Amino acid sequence: MSAENGELKIELGRRYRFAASHRLHSGRLSQEENSRLYGKCNNPLGHGHNYAVEIRVSGKVDPATGMIANLADLDGFVQREVLDAFDHRSLNDEVPAFKNEVPTTENLCIEIFRRVRAFPKAKLERVRVEETSNNSFEYAGENAPGEFDTAAMGSEGNRT
Amino acid sequence: MVLLTRKIEFSASHRYNNPELSPEENQRVFGKCNNPHGHGHNYSLEVTVAGEPDPVTGMVLDLSELKKILEREVMARMDHRHLNYEVPELAGKIPTCENVARVIWDLLEPKITQGTLHRVRLYESADLFADVKRAEVRT
Repeated sequence: MSAENGELKIELGRRYRFAASHRLHSGRLSQEENSRLYGKCNNPLGHGHNYAVEIRVSGKVDPATGMIANLADLDGFVQREVLDAFDHRSLNDEVPAFKNEVPTTENLCIEIFRRVRAFPKAKLERVRVEETSNNSFEYAGENAPGEFDTAAMGSEGNRT
Repeated sequence: MVLLTRKIEFSASHRYNNPELSPEENQRVFGKCNNPHGHGHNYSLEVTVAGEPDPVTGMVLDLSELKKILEREVMARMDHRHLNYEVPELAGKIPTCENVARVIWDLLEPKITQGTLHRVRLYESADLFADVKRAEVRT
């Protein structure tokens, strides 16, 4: 359940890192098209990145702990569901979601969102993945408003 | 609508301990953060203000004014302080990132009279932060 409009909302942000290899190649395109579209990223032997993942969760701050969710619980969940599955692995070969989907960082964001959404102790708001220090991608679920579409923006911020 | 963000850094110590829990429970819930002698962080605070630029000055608000507000409300209260004992606004609260960010929001919101406070983001470390803002408008 989302907070009422204008109500104060607190989110906790946590960053994690993993390293993985991938190859961008779409089975729906010819080799020439893949090569043209993905360039170096289509190298048949793959390549890798040091990824940074930023997870944002929201919820009520428990007065007994001062926390939305215990960090140890969140860290343990992300470790099991994301880092153990992705770190030092081939995304194409070892993550089932990328058997048929191209492991672009857009799709990686969506896959991480799907996995972390199951965290039982807080609501997942947003996943941001940095593929390199120059590229980052964010996903906040289907039909999510943009980062700055908030009450403070007034009507101008509510383009639909 | 333009968003303006100013960043400041401060250092402070704290300890997580709930007196209503047993020492064993405190240790289980808070782990290292329950160390009786406390520990500290270099906090980084990003304060975002939303507004329309003034037609005369071209500013949402005067940055030097914002700097003074942050100096008075945050730095003077929290920099090189023990958050558990020296910040009255945190009395009775566990000084987590969430609670400290919320206290900073409550301190700043009434002081920002040009533009409106849009978001407070408090980093406790490069890998942990809390955001406070108004809930999104659903259309």
